[in-house]
Amino acid sequence: MAEIKSGLHYTKSHEWVKVDGDTVTMGVTDFAQSELGDITYLELPEAGDSVSKSEPLGVIESVKAASDIYSPVSGEIVEANDQAIDAPESVNSSPYDDAWLVKIKLSDTSELDELMDSATYEKFVEEEGGH
Amino acid sequence: MADASDLKRTPIADWHVEAGAKMVDFSGWFMPVNYKGIIEEHHTVRNSVGVFDLGHMGQLNVTGPDADDFLQYVTTNDVTKLAPGQAQYAMLLYPSGGVVDDIIVYRRPDDNGFFIVLNAANTKKDVDWFNEQKANRPEFDVTLDHSSERTGMIAIQGPKAESVLQKIIDVNLAPVSNFSSVFGNVAGSDCMVGRTGYTGEDGFEVYSPIEDILMIWKALFEAGEDVGIQPIGLGARDTLRLEAKMALYGQELSSEITPLEARLGWAVKFDKGEFIGREALLKQKDEGLKRRLVGFKLVERGGTPRTHYEIQVDGKTVGEVTSGTRSPTLGENIGLGLVDVEHAGVGKPLDIIVRNKPVRAEQVRTPFYKRG
Repeated sequence: MAEIKSGLHYTKSHEWVKVDGDTVTMGVTDFAQSELGDITYLELPEAGDSVSKSEPLGVIESVKAASDIYSPVSGEIVEANDQAIDAPESVNSSPYDDAWLVKIKLSDTSELDELMDSATYEKFVEEEGGH
Repeated sequence: MADASDLKRTPIADWHVEAGAKMVDFSGWFMPVNYKGIIEEHHTVRNSVGVFDLGHMGQLNVTGPDADDFLQYVTTNDVTKLAPGQAQYAMLLYPSGGVVDDIIVYRRPDDNGFFIVLNAANTKKDVDWFNEQKANRPEFDVTLDHSSERTGMIAIQGPKAESVLQKIIDVNLAPVSNFSSVFGNVAGSDCMVGRTGYTGEDGFEVYSPIEDILMIWKALFEAGEDVGIQPIGLGARDTLRLEAKMALYGQELSSEITPLEARLGWAVKFDKGEFIGREALLKQKDEGLKRRLVGFKLVERGGTPRTHYEIQVDGKTVGEVTSGTRSPTLGENIGLGLVDVEHAGVGKPLDIIVRNKPVRAEQVRTPFYKRG
């Protein structure tokens, strides 16, 4: 069973968001990494790039396929996790901690209200994932 | 997860689910894509031994007084070169020279005709094709027996494959050479065992009565427990075969791609006489190839090449990727592609278009991996 952390916000495209004032840290969920399988490559935006909610922010590749990573919020990239880029397999081993992907300075904090809490995401995964 | 209800299942399907495999719809079959993970399974086959459920693949028996002549006509290779028990890679061609399927042809160890292994996705098409050719050429006295539903198939692959299988078979495997087969009793079941595979490692494929295959599968795990035997899914099957540069029908081969373009001319024997597709291939040979399969690796960061990605040189389209992966053995991004001949050649550069961006690649010798 995939780990779902309480206290985080979640998207339907299986990203997690941790809020710290007007900045968020985001990554992909344990469910997402387990569905993707062995992660081999990450393509992330750089500091200063602007991102829009629900638009592709980067790419995550597994042995099997390439998938888009969607931005959970709109804003400006503060930092990308270079260590995760250098060791993409850390997304498999530590999706919520070592392998956070980017930090984003929010342009509209009200967008956070549209994200799911952990209990809602858990239900969503059960229905969507079918296992 | 695939909706399992409409899919065909091998006798080992429930075992895969219980083992926690990720199951997918593969050509209408409910099959495991991976258990622990593709990369780990890949290394298991390269370093020790892994077992594959190949119950989705098709089998056809060709017997009768004209079986040799019929297969000379329908396949590209030369079956008269096969002693009893020996096997060869071959293709079925359309008159256009395009490929119906790629197959393995065994002359049965008892010399009673041939046993042919077909790709899962093509089994029905192939059996129809064989029947059609037989109907077109009634002078061939042959019997075609489609035995897929009676036949279980498992592959045991890796450097420890022989020692593990030897524990549960009643014949000596050491004298069985590559691309040869024997009859043997495996864990109580009378089987045909070929020293063949699709991984680039030493290994065997076991064909049993379908009702015995789950029992054999379980016996292999007991026999190989001490060397860490593992089940291997279709995901690692693909990365293993690609490192060994073995063609996958639908990618390196299709009705639109000829064996010459796919660099499989070694399995086409023009000197044996008439066969379907011969004229078209001779004409293509005569006119010269316009494109051919090449191997490449990416020489800069930018992702992994995937099937159908465009290949460019100096901003101009020169071909298309047929297969690509991150190679678990080499730690590099590798691929095969069909490229215009003027740009094909080991050492020559290519750009692989990954998400609208060119990523530099260099053509390399294949296979990418060869066992030591």
